[in-house]
Amino acid sequence: MEQHIDKSLVRKNRRWGEWLIEKGVAFVASLSIILIFIIFIFVFREAMPLFSSMSLEEPTVEAPSGATPKDDVVPNEDLTPEIYNPEVYNLAPASADVPAETAPESYDPNAPESYDPNASASDASSGSTPESYDPNASAEETSTQESAPVTGDEPAIERENVSLANITGTNWQPVSEKPKYGISTLLIGTAKTTIVAILFGAPLGILAALYSAFFAKKWLREIIKPVIEILAGFPSVVVGFFCLMVVGSLVQSLFGLDFRLNSFVGGIGLGIAVIPIVFTITEDALSSVPRALREASLAVGATEWETAYKVMLPAAFPGVFAAVLLGIGRAFGETMIALMATGNAALFSFNIFDPARTFAATIGAEMGEVVWGSVHYNMLFFLGAILFVFAFGLNTVTELFIKERLIKKFHGN
Amino acid sequence: MNKRVAGFFAVGSTIVATVCILVILFGMAGMFLVQGLPHLSWAFFTEAPRNNNTEGGIFPAIYGTTLLVFIMTLLGVPVGTITAIYLTEYTKQRAWLPRVIRFAVNTLAGVPSIVFGLFGLGFFVQFLGQGVDIALGNDQMVWGKPALVWAAATLAVLTLPVVIVSVEEALRAVPREVREGSLALGATKWQTIWKVVLPNSVTGILTGSILAVGRGAGEVAPILFTGAVYSLPELPDGLSDQFMHLGYHLYVLATQSPDVDATMPLQYATTLVLLGLTLVLNFAAVLIRSRLRSRQIRL
Repeated sequence: MEQHIDKSLVRKNRRWGEWLIEKGVAFVASLSIILIFIIFIFVFREAMPLFSSMSLEEPTVEAPSGATPKDDVVPNEDLTPEIYNPEVYNLAPASADVPAETAPESYDPNAPESYDPNASASDASSGSTPESYDPNASAEETSTQESAPVTGDEPAIERENVSLANITGTNWQPVSEKPKYGISTLLIGTAKTTIVAILFGAPLGILAALYSAFFAKKWLREIIKPVIEILAGFPSVVVGFFCLMVVGSLVQSLFGLDFRLNSFVGGIGLGIAVIPIVFTITEDALSSVPRALREASLAVGATEWETAYKVMLPAAFPGVFAAVLLGIGRAFGETMIALMATGNAALFSFNIFDPARTFAATIGAEMGEVVWGSVHYNMLFFLGAILFVFAFGLNTVTELFIKERLIKKFHGN
Repeated sequence: MNKRVAGFFAVGSTIVATVCILVILFGMAGMFLVQGLPHLSWAFFTEAPRNNNTEGGIFPAIYGTTLLVFIMTLLGVPVGTITAIYLTEYTKQRAWLPRVIRFAVNTLAGVPSIVFGLFGLGFFVQFLGQGVDIALGNDQMVWGKPALVWAAATLAVLTLPVVIVSVEEALRAVPREVREGSLALGATKWQTIWKVVLPNSVTGILTGSILAVGRGAGEVAPILFTGAVYSLPELPDGLSDQFMHLGYHLYVLATQSPDVDATMPLQYATTLVLLGLTLVLNFAAVLIRSRLRSRQIRL
């Protein structure tokens, strides 16, 4: 009798352990969901002060964080702030290849690009969130420039900076006396390079996928597929460097251009990054088309290529579409290639042979030297939020509509 | 006849596209091999940069990159493996939680890498790091600034989908019968997973880790403002230190150096090292995976 009770106890204990493990595993697995939320919250949280300060007519001074930094920071030209990114000082503007007059973002060493340790340190010590937009910090920023101590109650210049007209304007000059945050310039730059990237990368990827899925001999396919997928393993800096060194000169001599680096070169570089994505997804979609379709088509007398183009490709269309969408997402958000190969000048131009600047490249180039909590900083996070929302939207469309449809189409429901 | 011409073009264009891609691929790899190989030397691997990065080697960058991906693996692979276990072992395919998790993982895979950088800065550096500083009562910022551990954590989040997909594939390759045999012998679910399923999918976890390392080593955007620096007086010796990184080093050399031509040999050599590192890792993962797949068919 006693033995029986013991056994059941042991069993119950073990089940408790199992239950705990299962819940633990489920929790860790849910981290992915939590991470998405955290990314969403934190990217938007840093961008939010932009809107709250934009909508308010009256300048609001946030007292708790405003009080401390004023005591710590000496608005003096001689003050040499600790440099956040060492290369900022001794190095040339963003791209050495673009002539100086076409690079409006070239940095003035006096501009407040240095990372000011005091501002953030005192923010942290006062216990307030460092990302809350603090007019005082920005005022100090201006004061270092003008070498005149400005009190925190003079945010008139700053108000102008975050107006809606400023954001919808056509100038992106965040580091100047009167900062301009016209994101339409960046939007055009991003759109230009993304379109070139897709026009270059998607046809190559899709056609190569067709070849690999239908026309290639089996042994050849076994080689081609992994080799092209190797391209996905190329670090984007390396692709960017390749464009900087080779594609730039090639395109320049081919078209006789003034600028070696422009959005066309950047688009080619992004296209190289897009190819493996489009190829892999299209190949998978084509391979998952049921054999019966192909055989039926061949049986009624269609040739191999007719079957491929008129039966298989339409059948796999949702997959191909998904591939192109994900390719767009990659091109849109790719940073290093855009940073290195587009010339990186924020020009308001629809010409694809002009230098351009994308959202991602702007964040990458400017975030390292911005004062934490400034308008510029919030603006960069806002750009990041746009990228995130766009990527999220693309992914949702491919996940919910296209993949489901593809599965239903082939496997019935 | 007309049809034959159309067919010629239809098939021909696919061949041309494939050849184009292969030319780009091998052109890129070949160029860096030809240009970079003469500049590789033992000193290049073991010395620090000298003379404003026009001489010397890239040892600190190699060291920093290695340390970074090592910490990243420690942080990311366990989480990815457990997520994969949950998705394959504990749930039905059609239940809501695994579907949401899968959606989240796919979304993570599609988020631009620069957004991960912003996330790392906003969450890890400023929220967690400064929170830790406040909690520890540090006067100076120790954790609340860009640091090795935050960069590694950011990359761990970035590479999470890679790990999950690989491990899941490996877990699915373990035959049902093996699990059922274990359960029939009286083992509990966790015992089955721990003692039977996981040992059989070690290669998959390895593949996932290698792929993640290959991806993590090449990503520059997420570490731009979460810990990488251009030059360091000394090697990082703690989690809160900043570090040098191969990719970031290349980026700065290529675009922001005062004398781009003088650093050219170093640029090519650095590219070759970075490319070689990532390609070897990817190749190893492909080899292991293909072995895994062939075994899967046999069973």
